Amino acid sequence: MSPMIEVRGLSVVFDGFRAIDGIDLTVEKGELRFLIGPNGAGKTTLIDVITGLTRPTTGEVVFDGRSLVGQREHKIVRLGVGRTFQTSVVFEELSVLENLDLAASFRRPLWSLARRRRGISDAVAEALETTGLKELADRPAGVLSHGQRQWLEIGMLLTQSPKLLLLDEPVAGMSKDERERTGELLTSVANDHTVIVIEHDMEFLRRYASQVTVLHEGKVLIEGSVDQVRDDPRVQEVYLGRKRSDAVGTGT
Amino acid sequence: MNLARLRGPGVFAVVAVLALVVAPLLLEPFRLGLLAKYLCFAIVALGIGLAWGQGGMLVLGQGVFFGLGGYAMAMHLKLVDAQGDLPDFMVWSGVEQLPALWKPFANPVFALVMVVAGPMLIATVLGLLVFRQRVRGAYFAILTQALAAAFVILLVGQQGLTGGTNGLTNFYDLFGQDLAADSTQRGLYFAVAIVTGLLYLGARQLVGSRFGRLLVAIRDGEDRVRFLGYDPARVKTVTFALSAGMAGLAGAMFVPVVGIISPALLGVVPSLELVVAVAVGGRFALAGAILGAVVMGYAKTSFSEQFADGWLYLQGALFILVMTLAPKGILGVAASARDAWARRSRRRTDPEPPPAEAPGTRVMEEVG
Repeated sequence: MSPMIEVRGLSVVFDGFRAIDGIDLTVEKGELRFLIGPNGAGKTTLIDVITGLTRPTTGEVVFDGRSLVGQREHKIVRLGVGRTFQTSVVFEELSVLENLDLAASFRRPLWSLARRRRGISDAVAEALETTGLKELADRPAGVLSHGQRQWLEIGMLLTQSPKLLLLDEPVAGMSKDERERTGELLTSVANDHTVIVIEHDMEFLRRYASQVTVLHEGKVLIEGSVDQVRDDPRVQEVYLGRKRSDAVGTGT
Repeated sequence: MNLARLRGPGVFAVVAVLALVVAPLLLEPFRLGLLAKYLCFAIVALGIGLAWGQGGMLVLGQGVFFGLGGYAMAMHLKLVDAQGDLPDFMVWSGVEQLPALWKPFANPVFALVMVVAGPMLIATVLGLLVFRQRVRGAYFAILTQALAAAFVILLVGQQGLTGGTNGLTNFYDLFGQDLAADSTQRGLYFAVAIVTGLLYLGARQLVGSRFGRLLVAIRDGEDRVRFLGYDPARVKTVTFALSAGMAGLAGAMFVPVVGIISPALLGVVPSLELVVAVAVGGRFALAGAILGAVVMGYAKTSFSEQFADGWLYLQGALFILVMTLAPKGILGVAASARDAWARRSRRRTDPEPPPAEAPGTRVMEEVG
């Protein structure tokens, strides 16, 4: 089976600072992969490179057999890569329904958009259902809570049926209940999509992750199951257990 | 609920009756001509409302497109009046042969097509160049303004080709009709009023469509739209071209209505005046753009009749007032007054508070 996405020898240098320093990453079709790492590890930069927001200095990104490097952002979306952002951006003046409908219409030719929307397409109805935003369909997205916005963003992605979803810290700043709902949403999305999730929240990671890649200073530190990663001393040092090792003073 | 739905069409019908029946009956020909002139500006304003209010593109140089349409029309009228000879101003400038640029404008169909196609073509080329490079906001605004300034310099410099500072004037014949006759001017007024109404309905349709939603989305988050798989540059270019086409059409109608087109009518200042008018009327609703253009046009005339120099200051003060106190313009103020009134009367009968509404949407849905 060919991988969904393959990143080879990727480096990104911003004014001499190596944000990403030779990353190799392969995610298979149907996988749910978590990316973790301390601040500045290069997680978001990696997603930015995949989605065309940032150009790599060297290296290759191959998605479903096609190179993504140098493609414009909207073309990459059209190939089937969807993403969310750390601070969710929905269109506040449009209703929840209009936000979803706009996302769902992205393959229509421009001229056909000049017609008024009639009714609700199946994809949009399904996304309203999955995200639990049905009640709020006609409210402007500006009134949504932080959690609801993230769900709306994920719902917008789902209407586009992307092959690969990239979620950048979907539970950051959420309440406990919202995290739980997001976890459920993520589990159901991961059933039939390939998903890469950036997440800081360890609790969330333990509950929903299986395969984890740890990034540190622009490099892949380790890749494996949650337990493997958690028990790895290097991970504990740079990320999980830095405090403890500092306290114990086991530095070599 | 149903009553609220009928309010928009109701207002439109009332305005249509006022414009097509009441105004022609009550106004003397001179005043009716002025109204036709304001409506020409209103068409440009409608385009500004579409590009700026909906699409977030602050267009400060619509005078260029207004001028392109106006000159295309004026060149045709001049050639008709000259009856095969050189137009009068060329003779005065010592031009001996009709310039190649002028020749095709003898054909009325070509001239009328160029009125709209010329501005749209230029806006499309400019839009593709500029929006692809992600030039936006103040940079785009300055670029359009510079374009207006450059256009004026070009027109003034080409005395023999464009009539220079004087522009093109003294037209006598419009498609076989005597332009000085009251009946012709009346007919022109009706034509302008009907075109304004039709363009308004068309623009409204567009704003209510998916395209319109996309435009608002681009205004509020262009980068996010890209990650939905749309190319904002294309959408903005189409919108910019539409607004340019409207300005061109307005310029073409302005020429027979007012009888002149000259650089002074389409430079930086007139372009800015229309943007101010749109802001005063209410830029987030298309009706606000039209209202602003007519109100400001009327205010300018009546004010200038009494205190010739005062208008500029009043206009500036009005703009500052609107931008600081009522960013949604006259229509925004009217809508909040109506909401406040509705809340008051509802509170008397029904203790339950009305559902909160996000700012902006109400104006857009009901008046836009």
